[in-house]
Amino acid sequence: MNPGLANNLWLFPAVPFAAATVILALAKSRRKTAAVLAIVGQVTVLATSIVALLASVQTDGFRAVHNFTWFTFGDQTLRLGFVLDPLGAAMLVMISLVGLCIFVFSVGYMAGDKDFTRFFAYLSFFAGAMLGLVIANSLLLLFIFWELVGLASYLLIGFWIERPNAAAAAKKAFITTRIGDMGFFLGMLWLYNGSGTLLFYDGGRGCLESAGLAMLGASATFIALLIFCGAVGKSGQFPLHVWLPDAMEGPTPVSALIHAATMVAAGVFLVARVYPLFSLGAVNGVTSSLTVVVWIGVTTALMAALIAIAQADIKRILAYSTVSQLGLMMVSLGVGGVAAGIMHLLAHGFFKALLFLGSGSVIHGCNGEQDIRKMGGLRRIMPVTFGTYAIGMVALSGVPLFFSGGWTKEEILHATAQWPRSQAPYYLMLAGVVLTALYMTRQMIYVFFGSPRASAEHAHESPRIMKMPLVVLAIGAIFLSVVLTPAWPWLHGYLTGEPVHFELARLIQPMLFVSLVLVGAGMALGVWFYRKAGARDRDRPAEIDPLEYAQPSLFRLLANKMYIDELYACTIVAFAWTSAQFSDWMDRYFWDGLVRGFGVIGQVFGIVTAGVDERGINVGVDESTVGARGLGRLLSGAHSGQIQLYLGVVAVGMLALLLLYAWLA
Amino acid sequence: MTPTLQAFLVVSAALFSVGLLAALSRRHAIFILIGIEMMLAAANLNFIAFWRFAPPPHPATGVMIVIFSIAISAAEAAVGLAMVITVYRHYRTTNVDQFDQLKG
Repeated sequence: MNPGLANNLWLFPAVPFAAATVILALAKSRRKTAAVLAIVGQVTVLATSIVALLASVQTDGFRAVHNFTWFTFGDQTLRLGFVLDPLGAAMLVMISLVGLCIFVFSVGYMAGDKDFTRFFAYLSFFAGAMLGLVIANSLLLLFIFWELVGLASYLLIGFWIERPNAAAAAKKAFITTRIGDMGFFLGMLWLYNGSGTLLFYDGGRGCLESAGLAMLGASATFIALLIFCGAVGKSGQFPLHVWLPDAMEGPTPVSALIHAATMVAAGVFLVARVYPLFSLGAVNGVTSSLTVVVWIGVTTALMAALIAIAQADIKRILAYSTVSQLGLMMVSLGVGGVAAGIMHLLAHGFFKALLFLGSGSVIHGCNGEQDIRKMGGLRRIMPVTFGTYAIGMVALSGVPLFFSGGWTKEEILHATAQWPRSQAPYYLMLAGVVLTALYMTRQMIYVFFGSPRASAEHAHESPRIMKMPLVVLAIGAIFLSVVLTPAWPWLHGYLTGEPVHFELARLIQPMLFVSLVLVGAGMALGVWFYRKAGARDRDRPAEIDPLEYAQPSLFRLLANKMYIDELYACTIVAFAWTSAQFSDWMDRYFWDGLVRGFGVIGQVFGIVTAGVDERGINVGVDESTVGARGLGRLLSGAHSGQIQLYLGVVAVGMLALLLLYAWLA
Repeated sequence: MTPTLQAFLVVSAALFSVGLLAALSRRHAIFILIGIEMMLAAANLNFIAFWRFAPPPHPATGVMIVIFSIAISAAEAAVGLAMVITVYRHYRTTNVDQFDQLKG
């Protein structure tokens, strides 16, 4: 182990945070400085994370931990820490590399934006929060970075604050994920109550190590499910997936960052990180919490793939594809294929960032148009974008052998097929593979083939600074297929700690043929069904989708996202609305009435006391002062200054005394 | 006819009443002073009378007090006259009704 490495892990989040702070302090006009600062920070992080990855590859079962005390409260000591293990190191490299590509792409994409510097500050902040999340060795520290990621996504989705849609989408993302985070938080409290520590690894005493897990016992299932709520919110799993497609309101590089390197990856990463909690007490690799994860994943994957077929917004299709792929990863984690899930997450990070940046390039070229029905024929106008986008598309569809998504997808299918509890997820996943190939083919045909329509006529290829990241990511997506190849599964071994050896025969597996057939079927179906999409076909007008023409009601259901937003609107939102109305009524009439009643009592009392004061006390005081004044005036009359009068009075007094004396005697 | 104590007291009371009346009714400051002197004289007469008709032997106490009293009244008259002259110089009158500057 290398203590110097573990002690300096805090630099991963600190460098982008520092960059973000400095950029925020810059004047708006210092655009070049801002971009350079952000990119230099990201390059630094990338270099450091490669060093960390190399260091961690050299030892089997590598794990560098650095814990420190945050504060002591009574006899409770709260400790936080950083950890570097294969899971974290692989994520670090993926996040910083994909992040760097997105940063560079943003320089071109956001070139005309007036808040260029603010954008880069947020991007750096976002990257820093995600890097911190990956290396946190405490559930609390992870939660802190988790919320920072949420905040950054809020800021970036609502980056164009002057657009009401963007502001609403930012709020929706923030509030929806907050619902999941509530569960996460409760799970964290329960975990602290049960195990007395939130550190993952603490020399045998951490909550993910045998001693800590033994203290939890049966409650681990509930803790795991509560923590999974957080992952459901963050990774856009059913039923909290609704924010993800709306998050497309943000600038496209943000969508790429959210959907590839950060944010949504956080949920899958969280489940992988606390996997011991899920698998505690597993029989045959099955626990009830993992079963929940599987079914949520299956539902999400299939539902999102279906919805993606009927979307018209280029980014929304990709958004639902992300939701679907995340469901796939969750299934993988749930059936026990942690390494497969994480590998798919890494691969997905590359090709989804590639697809999003490609779509950003398309949108940029079409002057902001996002409706695929108004594009078409772009393959001649934007060749580089087309080529890289096609690589991303085949990687996402899961074409085997040379594209990264294929291997990981097969590995997930393989793990799912072996799940002892049920075969249903496996077959549903196979259907998902067909659907994925289908909707990606549809998108490709609409955007790049056929003849140019409305917005595509004046399209132009993007500048070099935007093409460069696309090429890098495309090479990454292909290169990863070498890394991920089952013939030499070193990444799998690196993540699981199992020994690996080279074996070419593993390349050829039954799953390879299943996958080939299904992907081929999906693409063929797509090509056949959408070959004339965007053009007039017999009685079908050009602007109507072929599926809409064939199955109008099915298409409407899918185009409206299965009415889940509407369902929420008339249940949860309506409930919240009604209770808000009721509270408002209570406040306005009941509590307000009470308060006003007390007010009236006070007023009446005030009037009475005022009356008593004016009519009683005041008049009494007035009268007595008047009397005293009269008496004084009267008596002062006696004080005439006439010496003879005084003498006379004395004489009369004397006489009176004499008479009194005489009378008494 | 042998003079009795009653006769002396009646004369003294009459003299005091005359002096009091003068002091109360006259407006001229000097006449008021004269009235006061008359009341003093009445008091002195009472002293002498009570001394003369007290049972023997007689120490000369009554006479002594009266001699002192006459001396004091002489001084008092001198002070009183001096004040009257001063007040007259200030107010250009000796009418006591005009002297009301000290009333409360």
